[in-house]
Parts: sequence; C-alpha cells; structure tokens
Amino acid sequence: MTAYIIRRLLATIPVMVVVAIFVFLLLHLTPGDPAAVIAGDDATPEAVDGIRTKLGLDQPIHVQFGIYAANLLRGDLGTSIFSNLPVLTLVKQRLEPTLVLAASTLVMAVLLAIPMGVLAAWKARTFIDRLVMGFSVLGFAVPGFLVGYLLIYVFAIELKWLPVQGYRPLSQGIDQTARSIILPALALSMAYMALIARMTRASMLDVLSQDYIRTAKAKGVATLIVLLRHALKNAAVPIVTVIGIGLTLLISGVVITETVFNIPGLGRLTVDAILKRDYPIIQGLIILFAGAKVLVNLLIDISYVFFDPRIRY
Amino acid sequence: MSTRSLNSKLLLSTAALIVGGWLGSGPALAQDKVLRAVMHADVRTLDPFWTTQTIAGIHGLMVYDTLFSSDINLDPKPQMVDTWTVSNDRKIYTFKLRDGLKFHDGTAVTSKDVVASMNRWAKRDGAGKQLMGFTASLVARDAKTFVWTLTEPYGLLIDILAKTGTSIPFVMREKEALVDPMQQIQEVVGSGPFSFKRDEWVPGSKAVYVKFKDYVPRKEPASGHAGGKVVKVDRVEFIWIADPQTAQAALAAGEIDYLENPSIDFLPALRSTAGVKVEVHPAAGTMGIIQLNHLHPPFNNVKARQAMLYLLSNADYLNTVSADKALQTLCFSYFGCNVSMETDAGSEPYKGAKDPAKAEQLFKEAGYKGEPITILHATDHQYINPANLVMIQQLRKSGFLKLDVQAMDWGSVVSRRAKKEAPAQGGWNIFITGTTVLTSSSPVTHTSIGMGCDKAWFGWPCDKRFEDLRKEWAFAPDLATRKKLAVELSKRAYDQVPYISFAQWRNPVAYRSDRLSGVQTMPSIPAMWNIEKK
Amino acid sequence: MTIATLDVTMVLPARSRWWDWTRRNPTIVIGCVILMFFFVVALIAPLLAGDPLGFDPLNRLKGPSADFWFGTDQFGRDVYNRVIYGTRVSLIVGVSVALVATAFGVVVGVLCGYYRRVDDIVMRVMDGLMAIPAILLAIALITLMKASLLIVIVAIAIPEIPRVVRVVRSVVLTVRGLPYIEAAVAAGTRNLVIIGRHILPNTVAPLVVQATYVCASAILTEAGLSFLGAGTPPEVPSWGNVISSGRTYFQLSPWIIFFPGLMLAIAVLAINLVGDGLRDSLDPRIARRM
Repeated sequence: MTAYIIRRLLATIPVMVVVAIFVFLLLHLTPGDPAAVIAGDDATPEAVDGIRTKLGLDQPIHVQFGIYAANLLRGDLGTSIFSNLPVLTLVKQRLEPTLVLAASTLVMAVLLAIPMGVLAAWKARTFIDRLVMGFSVLGFAVPGFLVGYLLIYVFAIELKWLPVQGYRPLSQGIDQTARSIILPALALSMAYMALIARMTRASMLDVLSQDYIRTAKAKGVATLIVLLRHALKNAAVPIVTVIGIGLTLLISGVVITETVFNIPGLGRLTVDAILKRDYPIIQGLIILFAGAKVLVNLLIDISYVFFDPRIRY
Repeated sequence: MSTRSLNSKLLLSTAALIVGGWLGSGPALAQDKVLRAVMHADVRTLDPFWTTQTIAGIHGLMVYDTLFSSDINLDPKPQMVDTWTVSNDRKIYTFKLRDGLKFHDGTAVTSKDVVASMNRWAKRDGAGKQLMGFTASLVARDAKTFVWTLTEPYGLLIDILAKTGTSIPFVMREKEALVDPMQQIQEVVGSGPFSFKRDEWVPGSKAVYVKFKDYVPRKEPASGHAGGKVVKVDRVEFIWIADPQTAQAALAAGEIDYLENPSIDFLPALRSTAGVKVEVHPAAGTMGIIQLNHLHPPFNNVKARQAMLYLLSNADYLNTVSADKALQTLCFSYFGCNVSMETDAGSEPYKGAKDPAKAEQLFKEAGYKGEPITILHATDHQYINPANLVMIQQLRKSGFLKLDVQAMDWGSVVSRRAKKEAPAQGGWNIFITGTTVLTSSSPVTHTSIGMGCDKAWFGWPCDKRFEDLRKEWAFAPDLATRKKLAVELSKRAYDQVPYISFAQWRNPVAYRSDRLSGVQTMPSIPAMWNIEKK
Repeated sequence: MTIATLDVTMVLPARSRWWDWTRRNPTIVIGCVILMFFFVVALIAPLLAGDPLGFDPLNRLKGPSADFWFGTDQFGRDVYNRVIYGTRVSLIVGVSVALVATAFGVVVGVLCGYYRRVDDIVMRVMDGLMAIPAILLAIALITLMKASLLIVIVAIAIPEIPRVVRVVRSVVLTVRGLPYIEAAVAAGTRNLVIIGRHILPNTVAPLVVQATYVCASAILTEAGLSFLGAGTPPEVPSWGNVISSGRTYFQLSPWIIFFPGLMLAIAVLAINLVGDGLRDSLDPRIARRM
C-alpha cells in the first residue's frame, strides 16, 4: 500500500510539469501587450519599453521559461504587477475566506444531499423520489449567480436576516463568519448537492438490490439500520468519487460566488487578475489551483483503500 | 455516517480556526470609530505619481499633504505653505512651510523633501511638465524655505499646485521622491492626516487608514480640500464592492457608510431610504469625450470633424448614461459648466436639431468615399460602453457612413489608441473616453483639448493658433483676461474640433447622514477628514 | 428487461412499439420536445422577433407590457428580441462545444488507445489539462485573445476534451483486447477499417450521453463567463449575455434576468433529461454508475 501511495505521489509530478508549461505558454503566446496595459494611459513608448524590460518580457522565450521554472521550484510564484506584492502574500491574505467557503459548502452539500439521495433510493420511483431528484436537477440547471442574487434579495434585502455582502473573518467571531457565509455556501452547494444526491441514490439502488441486503431484511433488521449501516457504507466509494469530481464544480463555483457576494477570496483574486492582465498572479494561481486539485484527487484515491478492502494495489 | 461527517466538520472548523488565527486580520477595537467607504475603484497601486487614475489620488490625499489645496469653490488656498512672496516681475516665488509638519515616521518635513517631490511629480504629469518647462530653478533655501524661479511670468503656478483632480502634487519624503518616476515607490510615508496601514491592505478588497495623531491641522475651518484637516474618526476603511447594486444594497443596509459613485439608476431607491443622503457638488461631473484621430482620413480633414457635430445629439447619450434628469447638464462648453471658464462660444450652429444632410455634404467635401471608420468599442466600462452603443447607432442612422466596430476591453483600447498607424494597419479613427469636469475646467490641465500635434494626447489634434491661445491664457494677468481668452479658445475649438463632448453629467455621492456629519462634497476626490461618526 | 421487451415488441405493429417506448421513457420524450421547441425558435428567430441590438433610451427599464413582452433593459433594448435571438447563440455554443469536444476527443482517444507511446505522453497532458480549473482556463483564453463567438466555443471546449478522451480510450482498449479483433488483425485487416467498423460503433452510446452533458454544461459555462465579463461579445446576444448585462438591475428590473434565466434553466433541464434518458435506455449497466 505504501508503494502505491509513493507511486501515485510520483505520478503527480509530470502532471504538474505539464500544468506549469501550459500556463506559461498560455500567457506568453496569446496576443496582447501586457507592458502597454500596465504602463497605462499617457505612457510614452519609452515608458512602455522600460516596463517591458523591467518585467523581463523582452528576453527570448526559453530564457523567460527558465527563469519562471527556477522561481517555481524555489516556491516563488512571482510578484503582482500592479500592487508589487508577492503572489504568495496575496494568496495568504485571501486563503481564509475561500477555505471557509469551500469547507462550509462541502459540509452543507454532503449533510443535505446524502440524506436526500438515501431518501430517494429508499422510496425509489415514488413521488418523493421524483420530487427529490427533480429538485436536485434544478439545482444543477439554474446558474449559480442567479441563485446567489435570489438568496441575497430574499434573505438579506427583504428579510434583513443576513448581511448583503462581504465576509467577516474568523477573528471577529465564528458567529459573524457563519452569518456571512451561509448564503454563499448555500448558493454554491446547489449544483454540488445535485451531483451528490444523484450519485448517492444511484449507488444506494445498486447496493440495495444485492443479495446480502435482502438477507438482512429477511432477518428482520430494521430498514433504517439496513440503509445506514450496510448500504451506505458500501456505497461510499462512488459517492466519494463524485465528491472529488465535484471539487471542480466547487472551484468554478467559488469564482462566481465570491464575485456575487463580494467575498475577498482566491476565486475573485484570480478573476480580477485575469481581467486586469496581472500575469504573475494568473500564473501563480492557476498552478496553485491545479496543485490543490491534484492533491485532492490523490487523497481520494488513497482513501479508497480504507473504504473498500476489495481494492488491491 | 454522522460520526464521520461530524468528525470531518470538527476537523475542518478547527483547521479553519487555526488558519484564521495565523492569518489574522482587522484588529479594530470595539470602541474605535470606523468609517467604511466604497470608492469607484479599488486601491491597487500605492504610488500616486505612477498612474493618472483618480483612485491613486484618493489614496494619495489620505496619506500625503499638498503645498496648496482647492477650497469648496475651487479657489487655491495655502495648505502646507505658511506664507509666500512673489517678486514684482512675477517670476520668483519664495515659499515658507508651516511649523510642525511631520512625516508618519516622525521626521520633520523640509524643503528638500518638497523640491524632490515636485520634480518627481512633474515628470509624470502634463501640467507639471508644462510648469517645469517654464521653471528656471527650484531650490531649497533652508529647512523651511524654498524658491521657485520661473523663466517667464507664468500665472498658474499656484493654481497648478492646488490641483485637485488627478496627478495631485503631493509631498513625499526625499527618499521616495528620488525613486525613478517610471518605477513604483515601495514605502508609503506621507505627512497627511491619515497613515496607511500596509499590513492590513488587501489589494482588490480593502485598504485601511488610521488617524495620524501628530498631524497639525491649519486653524481655518475645513473647506473642500483646504483649511484644517481635522480627523474625527479613528479608522477609515476603503472597501471595494465591484457590483454597484451590491454596493447600494450595502449602503441601504448600513454595512457601509459612504458610497462615492452610486449608480444613477439606484438613486431613487437611495433617496427614499431613511438615513441616506445623496449630495452633489455643482462642478462634480464627467465630460464624455469622443476622440477623433486627426492623423488619418476622414478626420484629418476639419470638415469631416465638423460634420460629426451635425450628427451627434447629446440628449440620447445623457438619457442612456445618466438617466436622472436632475443630474444631466446639457452643456456646450468645452471647459465644462458651472466652472469659471464656462463658455459655449462657437457652438451656435450645432445647438439646434441635427442635420444629417449637412453632415453628409461636409463629409463629401472632406473627400470621404465610404471607407470604414474604425471605432474602438470598450465593452467593459460603466459609461463608455453605453456611450459607444449610442454613438454607433447614431452614426449608422446617418445612412452614409460605413463603420468598423472593434469590440474590446478598456485595457486593449488603451494599448491601441497609442498607435499612430492607419486604422487598417492596427490604428483607429474614433474611441470614446471621458474626463472630469474639473480637469477640463482649465485649458492647461485639460489634456484632451491640447492641439500640439505630435505632442498632443491620443488623436493628435494639430492647430498652432489654438496652442498659442492656450499659452496666452496661461500667462494672462487676471481672471477677466482669462475669461476673454477662454471665449476665443472655445470658438477656435468649435472651428477645429479637437474632440467632441457627447454629454456632461454630475456624479453624486451617497452616505448615511444618520451616522455621518461634516461630509464635504468635492468634485473628483472626496475628503475623509472633518467627518464625524456617531 | 431488454430481452423481455424484444419478445413482445417483435410482434406488435410499429406504432404501438413507439408508444410503448415513449411510455417507458417519458423523460427523453419530454426533453426532446422541449429541445425541438428551442431549435425551432432559434431557426425562425427573425420571424419571431425584431432587432436585438436596436435601443431606445427613452424606454429604459420598462416592465413587461403589451409593447415589450419581456420588458426593456437599461439601454431600452427589447428583452424579448434579445432572448429569442439569444436562443440561437446559446444553442450554437452548446452544440458546437459538444461537437468540437467530441470530435477532438475521439481522434485523440483512438490514437491513445492504439499507440502506446502517444498514450503515455498525451494522457499526461490530458491529466494536466484536467487539473486546471475549466472556468479559469476559459476566462484566461478568452481575455487574452480577441473576444468572439469562435474563441468562446474553443475556450469552453478545451477543458471538456480530456473527459471525452478518457471515455473513448477506455472503449478502444477494451475492444482491442477482444478475440475477434485479434483475429481481424491476424487476417490482415487495416487499422482504419478496424477502427471504423468495430471500435467507433461501440463508442457511440457513451459518447452521445457524454455529449449531451457537455452541451448542457457549455450553456451554463457561457452564462457564467458572461457574468464574469469574459463571455460572448456584446453584439452577440446570448442568454448568458442578457442575464449578465441585467444583473446590476436585479432589484429594480428583475425581468431582464428572469426571462433569459428561465429559458436557460428549462433548456439545460431538457438536455439533462435527454441525457439521463439516453443513458438509462442505452445501457442499463451504465445506469448504475456515472
């Protein structure tokens, strides 16, 4: 098993190399002159050239890549063009809101969606099943930002129960943070819930049709216990898989949700940087996100070993 | 199932707490008076000379101080300067600084700092460059005195030093002032009424300023940017909310106290919200500019430029860009309305109904044969985008003009407008932008009206007579002469058409009057001192 | 279940067979009907609506009325016109992305399944591509190039390709190992023939299912990109575009985003219904897994 883990770890290296190369090419081969944009309104051509030299954009491309790769290996993700702050500093500033948002969303989605899926599987093909599944598909079909605006309108503006925007950091009290994160997490978890509920239902149905379940029922074990102890545990693998796949959804969703609710997190940082053409931030963050995703996939793969003893490596 | 997810929830929240504690943020004490304001942009660069964006000036005015400032009527008044004398030939100005001026690091402000700052500022600002062109020398005589010697009796020295729009001549430490103007300064140390809390700065989200306790305000009451800058709160936070609707909702809900640039459509809702006040300074406004490229056909011919004046109607733009009638100004003055240089001389032929037939005739006389007119359409800007749409529709309606609309983001417009090549080779014919009424109120600071050929702004308007008049204006001995010259300038502008102003509208601010008192509404850059919070 | 149906339906006349199938798969039918409606609307858009770009500043932000069925936006543009024409663009984006992703995915997947060395390199590249969050990749591509419908389609399609490649590749690998393929190779049949006659038909079922999901996801992604400011250019009204330009007026004039939002949700729902239904009926084994 350890061998498996090490092998998987090593396998992530070429993936990250590809990501690094891809990100570099993306920003250096697309048209547009970052130096002109940065130099701004009334810059003279000399000023633009000066900035280009300062950013090292006039070097041949393989030299630029060499510098870029060397910096990456040292953990230097670059410096923002506009604010002159290192990308890592900017990331540290924005990490808490995104992590809290992602964690709350994950927890909320799992806590709400799994019971929904179990319920739908238990009452398969009845009205309840169709209702639950219909609701979850709706969560997938309505764009996240619409859900967000709707929630703000109802709960923050009309009912005035929750704040309209912004993020209250944990240092101001966990109740403050909770208040500011409920609506964004709810908006973000809609699509996620749809995915998890469907997979839970499908997986449960699969397991419920197995022989040993029928045996348990025949033995007189209560349905609830059957559902929870036997079925769910065995249905865990695909559910965890979809949670992992859904992480992609989470990242795209985070970007939009942070914009709607004005949360100063990593998603918004990336979007702002892309729209403003702050190249070092774009590079650094895409690599960071990719790295996080690869790591999560790795953890999920490893967790399979614990969930399903049948899986051998 | 519940145990496992409970465990993970516990784990996650503990992790979050640890991370949150490590990162830390916002150590505002419960009893601090905090003023939360949302400006029209986020504070993303800290060097007020490095960029001409207004937000840099807003940040600058918090932490730096100026030699002179404009009061609420836009008249220049001394700020850091205590007394000054002018020689009889109006060429030598001797200034003496006030007592007690200190930088945030405790060191005293000396004239060496002033001299270095003025030199650095002038290298990046148009009016500053012109001023330095007439400067023989600027030296520090002693710690508190400095002498500005001009080559000619240029009458605008103090007006320019009291500039209150963009590129304000702030005083920084000599250390920062000696940094290459093409690079950004690294430290933010000024002598203004607030100091910048750099460790709490989150670019794109939040900028924090705290009261500088050792600031010595002037004795006069605050008036605009002039007078005593007495800070009556402990902290000011500039929060960035990109979505104007969210910003308005946040103000209505009381999550913020001050909103610099509320969207016009939300003003009725704000006006009817209890505790919220909407205010506007008469000269606070935007002048929309349709800039024409004077280097290439058809607009290299003055007839084609004049023809445009017969085609474009202000009213459509006003209704699209600023739908609140109370804030619209049907203004035909190249120097803005409600300012001292206001004049609409020369605009008579264009004030009435539009005349597409005459426009077509003028275009023909200019030699227009139906070549496509390249328009750089910025799609992501709050008022430039709608203005473009209106202009494109108006030009299309004319029937005889062929258009080549290039949609792009504002950043790309900025890059492309600098190109002097022909439109078909990556150049342009028209782009839309805007300036503040404030900037346009003086022929010297009004960059877009300059007609200095290749020394001019993008579009490169070229007319020697206009430039001569501008120079005369700068040397005029008194206000009356300046007003007369402004009339001449206006007539010439309408004749030569450097650009076309499509509309002028005022930009109000909104704030919680149930919490704030002492708000001074200034055009362009708000003053955060003098404001008290309940 | 499949066998039982075959027995009975073999003897029934064709029409009853259709009816039976419809009753057993109501979801696909409903989905298809809805999609058919949208396709028709997209086709005859000029007959149904006026100019989506024309605007009238005097009629800004007017609610739904007899003159403006869906109201007007902040420029005075008729939302109904924009939504009808937007149907075209959104559907084009969805279908094009699905086609592009599928086409590239098939080619790459077959190459990977067949040639080991290509497989090693390309799958690493695919992994890398999948690691980058799709929306960030799309925004970056769109902002860095000149905005146009084509770029938007390409930018949305690229992150979808790895998934298609995986599906195709696994089919290729499975089928290649089958005895009758080995026999065909031994008999000297050319690779292209084997691919065309044996392998590709086996990919159709999972690909069709995958394609419908890609289509739905593309329409949603386009809306999200427009929301962030990096979607279809403004002269090209799509549902996402209309929603995003109206979002700052959500409180004042909710109709600007309500109508296109409704269309969007219904279309995505319909596509999902079709996809689910196809998946359930084409391969009961797949129905148990994603």
